[in-house]
Amino acid sequence: MAYTKRLDGRKFDEPREIEAKVGVIKRADGSAMFRIGKTLAVAAVYGPRNLYPKFMQNPEKGILRCNYDMFSFSVPERKRPGPTRRSQEISLVTQGALLPALNLEEYPNAVVDVFVEIIQADSGTRCAGICAASMALADAGIPMKDLVASISVGKVGDKIVVDLNKEEEDYEGGSTDIPVAVMPRNNEITLLQLDGDITSDEIKEALNQAKKACQQIYKIQRDALKEKYGGMKNE
Amino acid sequence: MGQLNVKDKDIAIPGEVLATGMDYLPSGGTFRERDDVISTQVGLVSVSGRIIKVIPLSGKYMPKKGDTILGEVVNIGFNGWTIDLGGPYLALLSLKDASSDYIDRRADLAQYYSFGDKVAAMIVNVSKSKMIDLSMKGLGLKKLKGGKIIEVTPSKVPRIIGRAGSMISMVKEMTGCKIIVGQNGKIWVSGNQPEEEAKATEAIMMIEDNSHTDGLTDKIKEFLEKK
Repeated sequence: MAYTKRLDGRKFDEPREIEAKVGVIKRADGSAMFRIGKTLAVAAVYGPRNLYPKFMQNPEKGILRCNYDMFSFSVPERKRPGPTRRSQEISLVTQGALLPALNLEEYPNAVVDVFVEIIQADSGTRCAGICAASMALADAGIPMKDLVASISVGKVGDKIVVDLNKEEEDYEGGSTDIPVAVMPRNNEITLLQLDGDITSDEIKEALNQAKKACQQIYKIQRDALKEKYGGMKNE
Repeated sequence: MGQLNVKDKDIAIPGEVLATGMDYLPSGGTFRERDDVISTQVGLVSVSGRIIKVIPLSGKYMPKKGDTILGEVVNIGFNGWTIDLGGPYLALLSLKDASSDYIDRRADLAQYYSFGDKVAAMIVNVSKSKMIDLSMKGLGLKKLKGGKIIEVTPSKVPRIIGRAGSMISMVKEMTGCKIIVGQNGKIWVSGNQPEEEAKATEAIMMIEDNSHTDGLTDKIKEFLEKK
């Protein structure tokens, strides 16, 4: 079945409307909000702080601990609170996506805790979470080589599209979702997952579009960070 | 010839390319990748000649040798005290460095500094694995009795102290409070009257909020005179 026009009228390489804000949680060391379309993620960073149990400590460098969770009311059907198999996996891939950007050599035996909460879910939650978490880490003053921008690309019907929403993910003509995270300065990929059918030419095309979209997201992340700290300068 | 992409006092974010070319040298808060000098932190860019540095605007206190800090006693061992500095690491104050007075080995250490006591101390050594040794032998290093401790972002401490201590001595003079500033962002304020303490606290909070503006010393002076 041909997918000629997107269900919400976007262009095929156009992400949903994005909004980012830094410093949304007062008591956290760093925090950020990231909204893409109807998906809304909030991240909080605590630390570097003491790590217990002690056997988890690494005397060579600090460790990163991510926790992803969805609020019960974030999805149409109530999600049972607490960790699930899915949230554990996403916590792990979030950690893997953020770690290459971090410089934790200065914090031996310590831990940086990242908590990502999805307040409203409409696909691309792990990508929104990673975007929010990378801004929150910068806000917490953790040394980083680069920010991390993330977006999902994929195939809906026979078309390569950027930033699938829930309707497109459930498209009856078949759809494939590829979450991608990129360090925008070098276009280095830190997260790549794939579940579905796609040819190797199509995946190349999809990745190119993901990198392009991540540059857009990076600009929004940058502006959000500069807005918080720039305000301090001009007051 | 290298190219500079930022101005002095701009806001940098992690991963931002501050300058290109080997003419520029990376200093604190930056690193070099091939030809580029890149920021690692959110902070203020400072360009002095060829040297580029980013002064962080947030983050926890990282211990440095020679810093005066304020901490809290969290544990008492056989051989000294464990002090919390507010960062990710605890510091050790050993018996022999704990006071210029003689402390007997067999004495009950809680007599000197007990749980929850606040002390002003100096960092004498920081090891690679962030073991911190403290000393309380020195001018102005003591147990803090009375007063209160306020917390600010550690990166703003230099601004609160001012050039050669100008800012803090002005606040001290005009409020009549005793103030000790720890490099870890903890500040002890003690006055004869609660009003004096409140006034000094308000002034310090004002410095923290306006730490990037010019002519801050005059502004604070005006504020203190009005009160």
